[in-house]
Amino acid sequence: MPELSYRDAIRTALIEEMERDPSVVLLGEDIGLYQGTFRVTADLLSRFGPRRVIDTPISEEGFVGAAIGMAMLGLRPVVEMMTWNFSLLAFDQIVNNAAKVRYFSGGQVDVPLVIRGPNGAGVQLSAQHSQSVEAWYAHVPGLRVVLPATPAEAKGLLRTAMRGKDPVIFLEHAALYGVKGEVPDGDYTLPFGVAEIARPGRDVTLVAFSRMLSLALAAARRLADEGIDAEVVNLRTLRPLDRRTLLESVARTHRAVVIQEQWRPFGVAAEISATIMEGAFDQLDAPVERVTGADVPMPYARNLELLALPQEDDILRAARRALYREDRVDA
Amino acid sequence: MPVPPSKRSGRNDEPAGPAVATGRRNIPDLADAVAWHRLMVITRRFEEETERAFRRGKIGGYLHVYTGQEAAAAGFLAEMRPDDIFFTAYRDHAHALFRGADPNAVMAELFGKVTGLARGKGGSMHLFDVARGFYGGYGIVGGHIPLAIGAAYALRYRGGDQVCLCFLGDGAMNSGAFHEPLNMAGLWGQGGLCPVVVIVENNEFAMGTSVGRSSAVIDLASRFAQYAIPSERIDGMDFVTVRQAARRAIADVRTTGRPFALEVATYRFAGHGAADLFQPYRSKDDIDAARRRDPIRILEGHLRAAGLLDDARIASIEAEAAQIAAEAARFAEESPPPPPEELHRHVYGEES
Repeated sequence: MPELSYRDAIRTALIEEMERDPSVVLLGEDIGLYQGTFRVTADLLSRFGPRRVIDTPISEEGFVGAAIGMAMLGLRPVVEMMTWNFSLLAFDQIVNNAAKVRYFSGGQVDVPLVIRGPNGAGVQLSAQHSQSVEAWYAHVPGLRVVLPATPAEAKGLLRTAMRGKDPVIFLEHAALYGVKGEVPDGDYTLPFGVAEIARPGRDVTLVAFSRMLSLALAAARRLADEGIDAEVVNLRTLRPLDRRTLLESVARTHRAVVIQEQWRPFGVAAEISATIMEGAFDQLDAPVERVTGADVPMPYARNLELLALPQEDDILRAARRALYREDRVDA
Repeated sequence: MPVPPSKRSGRNDEPAGPAVATGRRNIPDLADAVAWHRLMVITRRFEEETERAFRRGKIGGYLHVYTGQEAAAAGFLAEMRPDDIFFTAYRDHAHALFRGADPNAVMAELFGKVTGLARGKGGSMHLFDVARGFYGGYGIVGGHIPLAIGAAYALRYRGGDQVCLCFLGDGAMNSGAFHEPLNMAGLWGQGGLCPVVVIVENNEFAMGTSVGRSSAVIDLASRFAQYAIPSERIDGMDFVTVRQAARRAIADVRTTGRPFALEVATYRFAGHGAADLFQPYRSKDDIDAARRRDPIRILEGHLRAAGLLDDARIASIEAEAAQIAAEAARFAEESPPPPPEELHRHVYGEES
């Protein structure tokens, strides 16, 4: 199996799907001549030409809406959101048109649209450029919400996204683009709604996705030194959510810690926690713990930024609390 | 209800049908215009039926009728080819009917019945008839404009010479959802990749706010120059005028793949919506003055002058229209509501 960076895994999926399917077109800001802010689309303009690799003006509402119209006509547009922070400018298009038009037309159209780009905090990008948008979009029926944590997932999930009938919110993580990993060759796809047991264990379930997966795995290795055998569940997609894998894991471990980068209130971890309570209440030996970003706009200063983001140590403490080896503190 | 077949995509200087001298001007396609007069009358009676049904509590939510504006949509839809497509906003009943949607299915949608165009799941603001190229009615002002621009790109990307029509109101021109895609349309048109006809149905009011109170520039057509899109302002109360302008615009866009915009000066005789009872933003005199240029009466005038309509024929069309509207309401009322299993259908294309 070849080793690819997360960036090249995404780029390879785009190239292979564009070669396979002439209805695929790319749109976004500076994806062509400039080669893409994170170079995910490097060289694609010269390969596929300006009809298929469309440099757009800085008009998120305009080009996301245009891509929805293209998708309704049977093209397969893939929009690059330079960062997901800018998607707020297109929120109406995504929520009111992409997610709903099939429904309010009584099923007369498909919207095979992918919107992809970096989500979450980078390094010192401060408040307007460091947000995790997954809970906002995962709230909306009609959308698929996908968060690859590894190069292999990036390729396999993007391929699936580009072959479906529904709008997909494809949330890459800016901090992962340089990460390398083995990626299967050939026509490799990963299904939506199937979580991965990234590490089997018996004592506590750590639930993670996107960049938080590597933190959870690192924390699990350190917990092992303390004699705590943590299982790590990598969700991969929030919509659809693999409730079964989640609940089966909790049924084995009887304890859960949910980890997310976003703000704590009304977030993904709250939904996962409620899902566990609804589906595995009798299995729980401790309250579900949440490890989250701080409930503040992202500060610029590096020391404050690190305080605002979940760290390995936070996961360790939460796991110990779930095992009653450390006192609870009021959040 | 059959829609008269679109004649052809004539060039500006080629009348698409035999010209008939009326004494006022040469009017092509007048024989065909009799059929469009009939459709406009049916639509007028249909809208009156919807207002009655709303008052009876049979139609819920919002209801925006097209009364007074009929010639605007009719003139353009008369010139569309069967394989052309269009988008519009929420004042969309007439567009569906003019394109040939079954009045029973339109009314059933408004009544929230499973026999409706969208199985009762869209309502008045979200009529769709994709099989006829009608890609929807949309409820967020301006929100459908980028869709139409992208759809136009897709038409040309796939090859062929279809065009996309995008109807919008004067109020939508002040939304960001207008400016961003129109700039893109101007750009894409430079490569012949944006065959869209933008039709501003300027009925003088965005809800209750007049054009003069909402747009710094009252000449709305002139605002398209900002995006290098040629434009024209026309009288939207005269079907023949609208249709001739539509023919020129559609032919131009079909040939060039570049956008073209028309500001169609029209007027809604009804309130903004069914809840707009008192209309404090205009006077009864304003409405009465506008009604003196009723688009149906104007077209009748042309057709009478050409000897194609008389009192007896008009009476028979009126009777037929009333019957079609009443039958649509009866059909809608007797249709079943969507079964409970419709609730979760059509959220996704593939069930997960």
